[in-house]
Amino acid sequence: MELNENEALKAPDASGRFGDFGGRFVPETLMPACLELEEAFNESWADPSFRKELDDLLADYAGRPSPLTDCPNLSELLGCRVLLKREDLNHTGSHKINNVLGQALLAQRMGKTRLVAETGAGQHGVATATAAALLGMECCVYMGEVDVERQKLNVFRMRLLGAEVRTALSGSRTLKDAINEAMRDWVATVEESHYCLGSVMGPHPYPWMVRTFHEVLGSEARSQCEERLGTTPDVVVACVGGGSNAIGIFSGFADSPAELVGVEPAGGAAVGRGVPGVVHGSRSFLMQDEFGQVLEAESISAGLDYPGVGPEHSFLAASGRARYESVNDAEVVEAFQLLSRLEGIIPALEPAHALAWVSRERASLAGKTVLINLSGRGDKDVDQILQLLEKEGRA
Amino acid sequence: MSGTVEEALRARREAGGKSLVIYVTGALNDDFETTVLAVAAAGADVIEIGIPFSDPVMDGPVIQEANEKALKGGATPANILSRLQRLEVEVPLVVMTYYNIAAHMGLERFAQSLAKAGVAGCILPDMPLEETADWAAVADAAGVETILLAAPTGDDARLTAVSERSRGFIYGVGLLGVTGVRSELASSATEIARRLKSLTDLPVLIGVGIGTPEQAVEAAAAGDGVVVGTAVVARMLSPEGPQGVAALVKDFREALDASCA
Repeated sequence: MELNENEALKAPDASGRFGDFGGRFVPETLMPACLELEEAFNESWADPSFRKELDDLLADYAGRPSPLTDCPNLSELLGCRVLLKREDLNHTGSHKINNVLGQALLAQRMGKTRLVAETGAGQHGVATATAAALLGMECCVYMGEVDVERQKLNVFRMRLLGAEVRTALSGSRTLKDAINEAMRDWVATVEESHYCLGSVMGPHPYPWMVRTFHEVLGSEARSQCEERLGTTPDVVVACVGGGSNAIGIFSGFADSPAELVGVEPAGGAAVGRGVPGVVHGSRSFLMQDEFGQVLEAESISAGLDYPGVGPEHSFLAASGRARYESVNDAEVVEAFQLLSRLEGIIPALEPAHALAWVSRERASLAGKTVLINLSGRGDKDVDQILQLLEKEGRA
Repeated sequence: MSGTVEEALRARREAGGKSLVIYVTGALNDDFETTVLAVAAAGADVIEIGIPFSDPVMDGPVIQEANEKALKGGATPANILSRLQRLEVEVPLVVMTYYNIAAHMGLERFAQSLAKAGVAGCILPDMPLEETADWAAVADAAGVETILLAAPTGDDARLTAVSERSRGFIYGVGLLGVTGVRSELASSATEIARRLKSLTDLPVLIGVGIGTPEQAVEAAAAGDGVVVGTAVVARMLSPEGPQGVAALVKDFREALDASCA
């Protein structure tokens, strides 16, 4: 099936491709698991009882729908109307729970007893550990050594929830390497384990399946905006690492006139600085050197510290339906403080990237309505920011 | 290069022997060329040269460490291939690397570079059957054999399809897991060998998890031979040098030969 721009957020083709991006580049050992997962997802998603079970969990356990919050103080300062989709108010503190509850239910339905996950900032790890606890499944989360150090609170949370946290010591010791380790675990335990991948990346069907589980936030945001504004916003902004929260909110506005903007960290700008490449199961924009070795990303935010991006984002960038910008760490810290001070909402460092871009672009956004996906809350990052500001003598 | 991979392995089988494929990490040490020649002299039927990749998801800690060391030492796909091109080895060479290395150079250019360097075959462990078409077309055109992996998780229909598309030999994955030495041979190793032998006439070699001559003999009994990687690379990382590597390969060769005597 050939996709066009208007169908951008429909489905990939049979080989899992969004245009030139996607696919299934995994060891042969995992191919039967990918095929089985695709079939199980298709069958479950078409089954009203599965959808009801998930919807009930999202409502009664995760706390959906999440609110839409107007930001009068920030709007006054920036000169544009800023609305936040409050995924930070979900159980476990981020949008990650939407996808994880879906995958965990699916894994259980497939007879798997163990969830394997990777995590950068820890939000996906915490969400996975939570779902595993709820459903009585074993859980093992891989996390880079650097991230274990900067996200101690989430490591403790995962252990409290009964998960085993394994430290990835190779390479950059961040999210990229945690994914490598999780894939190695999956290769070895594929008969009993489901790899609960945390973003819209990896081999088909993951990018499509994870996006589908996150569409709930986009469709909620669309109807909330229409009710509040009588129309859709002018601009929809979200941070992009792998890109799950961004694809979730974009899905609600793909067929609207809204401009879609993904914001990457300057040190991990896969779309901005990448060329197409293949790693972690799919072909997508990837930061790599002249020989095809994957470069290490560098970001203040562990959740965005990734040199690649989900294949659908590459497709959206290539087709022009969405555009991708980047902000630096200093702008992010500024935005983190700005929202906290003006609106009483401490954002995670990840969505602070989206805020930073809006703040920087205030002149061009003047008079417009801007929807930002506030994908997670900042509790996990407070200690890191405190240390940073103390070091700079600003705390 | 000397002939194709398939010719070499069929010749060994027809002579009543078991094949030995040895993996070495490309450009791991300054004495890389000496190591390759020593491995050939010690009795390897085919030598698999790893072109290091930053994110080798199919490899365990030893080969991963070797990858990192080689990359830090300046190993690149181009310099490994050019070192191979200058080398006169009596056995066929195969390259093992990951898809992105080939894709980044351009699949066609990569295939032609292999042929130019005298490399007979190529293994891309993160390229399953479904993603093989683009690569296989250019590899076939360049005369490079595309060796595919067959895993214990595949059903018979899948193993048959993989065997039909594979050239040179079919690489049976001996266990669920990444490369590395295990204390015992997994039962899945003999099982996958037995299953593949019943489905294809292509030489069936078993790799992943074979670390000792005894395990090699056990795995080869059900198939046509074995691929040994981690144990060899561990020796390359040790101070024993090419002679130490050759001694290990010789142990494998003698054990396999003795099992057929």
